[in-house]
Amino acid sequence: MTGSDLIGIMILAAGLFAIGVFGVLARRGMLFQLVALEVALSGPALGFIAAGAYHADPEGQGMFILVLTLAATEVAVGLALFLRLRRLTGTDDSDAISGLKG
Amino acid sequence: MSSLLAIYAGAFALISAALSVTRPNAVHSLLYLVVTLLALAVCFFALGAAFAAVLLIMIYAGAIVVLFVFVVMTLPISPEAITRERALLRRAWPLPVLMSVLIVAPFVFGEIGLKATGQPAPVSAQEVGKLLFGPWALAVELASLLLLAGLIGVRHIGRSDRSPRSGS
Repeated sequence: MTGSDLIGIMILAAGLFAIGVFGVLARRGMLFQLVALEVALSGPALGFIAAGAYHADPEGQGMFILVLTLAATEVAVGLALFLRLRRLTGTDDSDAISGLKG
Repeated sequence: MSSLLAIYAGAFALISAALSVTRPNAVHSLLYLVVTLLALAVCFFALGAAFAAVLLIMIYAGAIVVLFVFVVMTLPISPEAITRERALLRRAWPLPVLMSVLIVAPFVFGEIGLKATGQPAPVSAQEVGKLLFGPWALAVELASLLLLAGLIGVRHIGRSDRSPRSGS
């Protein structure tokens, strides 16, 4: 793997992250936003793995495992909030809960 | 250690990720997410990170997507919901595209001038384990604390309103 290969993979990782951000911003259904959040988190994961492979360092894969833990927790909490939202409002529109109740 | 294969699989993941976030049907969106994750696993394997590739398939494409499928099963996918989702997406895409391009542009232009030097070699799972349970033990403890906080939070959020409130 040469330096230009690393740069190509890093650009792919940034593209994955940008696609995820686009999904979170453009979709209103909360389930689609969670899927987009998963895509967004896989971008940095690819970046860590590529950098770890390039420098022959295990820290890239270590960071990947921490990102994996974060993604699993985030999906569990997000899906619980999604089920709660549907029980509360009957829709899956994340804009339906834009107000707070004291 | 074929970096050409890694870039090919990464480009495949990019295309299926773009399809995944634009599908109006939740099941199609999930299927494209699985394709994205499998392509990423091939990319990791080609980069010499076999342990990370196996973890990606087992935890992401296995556990997390199964969680999504359980929630989608409770969701009525009616033709009306799909048409509504498509209409919403048609109206709302230009500004998010602009913002995503603004986010990715500095990465692309910053990386092109980069001069990196390194000796690539496959990293074994043994080295990762030595790292995680040696110098990074505190980070692993923090990750387990995060999982515990997520567990308690989900238990609290998912509680039924009708049941008598106990504990809290």
